[in-house]
Amino acid sequence: MSFKSSPTRAVEGRVHSAKARTLLELKRGENGILDKLDLPDDVSRRLMELGFLPGHVVTRGLSAPGGDPRVFRVDGSEVALRRETAARLYLRVDSTPA
Amino acid sequence: MSDCHNCPAAAVSTLPPPGKSDRFHVVAIVGPPNSGKSTLFNRLTGMRQKVANFPGVTVEHHLGKVRLSGDREISLIDLPGVYSLLPRSEDEQVTHDVLKGEMAGVPRPEAILLILDSTNLGRHLVLAAPILSLGLPTLVILNMADDLKSRGGEVDPAALSAQLGAPVALMSAAKDDNVDRVLQFLDGTATAMAQKKPALFELPVLNDIPKCRQWAAKVGGKADYQAPEPSLWTRRLDATFLHPFIGPLIFTLVIVGVFQTIFSGAKPLMDGLQNGIGSAGAWLGASMPDSIFKSLLIEGVLSGVGSVVVFLPQILLLFLFIGIVEDSGYLARAALIADRTMARFGLQGKSFIPLLSAYACAVPAIMATRTIENKRDRIATILIAPFMTCSARLQVYTLIVAAFIPDTPILGPFLRLQAASMLALYLLGFLAAIVTAKLLKSTILKSTRTPFMLEMPPYRWPTLRSIGLRLFDRSKAFLTRAGTVILVVSIVLWILAHVPTHNGQAPRIAESLAGTVGRTIEPIIEPLGFNWKIGIGLITSLAAREVIVGTLGTIYGIESGQPGGLSQALQKDLTTGGAIALLIFFAFAMQCASTVAVVRRETGGWKWPAIQFVYMTGLAYGCAFAANSIYKLFAA
Repeated sequence: MSFKSSPTRAVEGRVHSAKARTLLELKRGENGILDKLDLPDDVSRRLMELGFLPGHVVTRGLSAPGGDPRVFRVDGSEVALRRETAARLYLRVDSTPA
Repeated sequence: MSDCHNCPAAAVSTLPPPGKSDRFHVVAIVGPPNSGKSTLFNRLTGMRQKVANFPGVTVEHHLGKVRLSGDREISLIDLPGVYSLLPRSEDEQVTHDVLKGEMAGVPRPEAILLILDSTNLGRHLVLAAPILSLGLPTLVILNMADDLKSRGGEVDPAALSAQLGAPVALMSAAKDDNVDRVLQFLDGTATAMAQKKPALFELPVLNDIPKCRQWAAKVGGKADYQAPEPSLWTRRLDATFLHPFIGPLIFTLVIVGVFQTIFSGAKPLMDGLQNGIGSAGAWLGASMPDSIFKSLLIEGVLSGVGSVVVFLPQILLLFLFIGIVEDSGYLARAALIADRTMARFGLQGKSFIPLLSAYACAVPAIMATRTIENKRDRIATILIAPFMTCSARLQVYTLIVAAFIPDTPILGPFLRLQAASMLALYLLGFLAAIVTAKLLKSTILKSTRTPFMLEMPPYRWPTLRSIGLRLFDRSKAFLTRAGTVILVVSIVLWILAHVPTHNGQAPRIAESLAGTVGRTIEPIIEPLGFNWKIGIGLITSLAAREVIVGTLGTIYGIESGQPGGLSQALQKDLTTGGAIALLIFFAFAMQCASTVAVVRRETGGWKWPAIQFVYMTGLAYGCAFAANSIYKLFAA
């Protein structure tokens, strides 16, 4: 199941990454706009409840030693995800703020 | 779920019919995880609370009484933390059922305290939609107002109240700031608190999360909500605690520090208690006339119960540490650091939290596995949790190690042989746990790596009240057990050790009923280096591990005629090989009726506890046998 971002959702903040296509590719301190979640239905729901909604800005934070899992800042919270989950959260390719 | 345009109108008419009076009797606290629910609950109920389980499900909840003006009391139910009311996980199902009045045995709450974190209101307001659509009188509490203010955020409670059509209170539960508002609400009547028609009240489609979030943003915007800056302290602390090198170092130091304090810090207190019990026995012995009753009191009750009560300081210290680590927010960071290692054994970071609390006691640990969404991961964690060295094992270890292991220094002043032996026993349990986990996850509980998502809460100072309440709870549970199970076992054992009488004389203990039982199983345990007295202890400790300490206290107390001196008695009666085998037996065996019961309840049947009991006891027997045989080989 995937959720496309709605173009009407206003986004605050400047977006710094132009290249990253998924959360996994974000470097520390970089951010991007979430486009869609390519994960099973129940996992997507959990993530959306934690703030990973299409259209929201996601910023890569610190990580556990070895870089896995990683902390992401989204919608006022910090949430740790494993690499394989981060790789399934896609960012908008042209990351210009809507 | 339906689009709920007409909710406010319907809300007033669907209020529950008032009972004897229309004042509230049962009120529920609802909120997302980390919103400060427990803090508020503790603040309101204090010591008038208990932990209970909902009938038929495994989710535990707190029930408490709030005293209001005029000697009136109402019941407060603390529900599990949820982000939505869509019943998907067990926690959500329970919250949903209780609030809808569909939970058998639990009265439907007449009002709701909805507690939200004001520093994260955008996301937390999402829960207001389904809660308000229930139509019950609801007080919306915006908690952590102090954080919101100090980090430059703001919100207009009056405007939010108008938006939601429900009273709103901005407060800091941890600092007692504005908590009176809650008491006023609880003191009110259903009719007085009925929801007013809101200015802009239009609930979103409840199962559409993006729509709900947009609704929350709109409502928050109308209430002039300004999200605060991220917590500077949390950033700073995380830069250290999650540093690639310093982070794991602190992690190790925290764990070593916990154990070091438990062993050495508790010792003076325990010695003090031990002396007190010894003097009480001596005083009773001197001041009471000789009688059967005196013998029962001193040899049975005081030796049995006393030898267990001594461990209270150690258990309190352990729970103090777990409380601080959990309430401060460090536990989430520890889970993050541990995740990769846990993944190697087929588990995940979330298993770390229950496994750490299993060092205190497997029962709450097994309940704590509820946060693991994946069923197979959860069962694997439940099955290995009892291998972690719980505080009951600590009592057995302390007794045997002190009696049999010489306290010679092995690393100068830093490490002595006794402490090293204890550490080795902790390690042994941990190794058994991870090997078992690997075994389970590559055979009967195979599953793909499951998504791990863990919210990192901001760091907070643990409050004295919440830590104090935990310790109070624990002491109560521990002393209750010492005063019931262990007392009964001690008395029954004393009686069994005194019958059958010969010409009015008590038999020698070996010929008593208890002795007969012990000697019957002696052939089975003799290869492990255990005699029949230990055998009696193995049987009684099926109830709980620490019962063996009380049992041996009673048996040797009867032999010598006074309490205390258990170590010396054991030294004469057990070989070093047998002592090591006993330690290893207790490291692995599932000698705990409460754990068996909780595993049955949490896994919904006898299958898993049966497998677990057979596996752990088999492993215990095999390894104890091996240890005793190897020792004999080298000692010979």
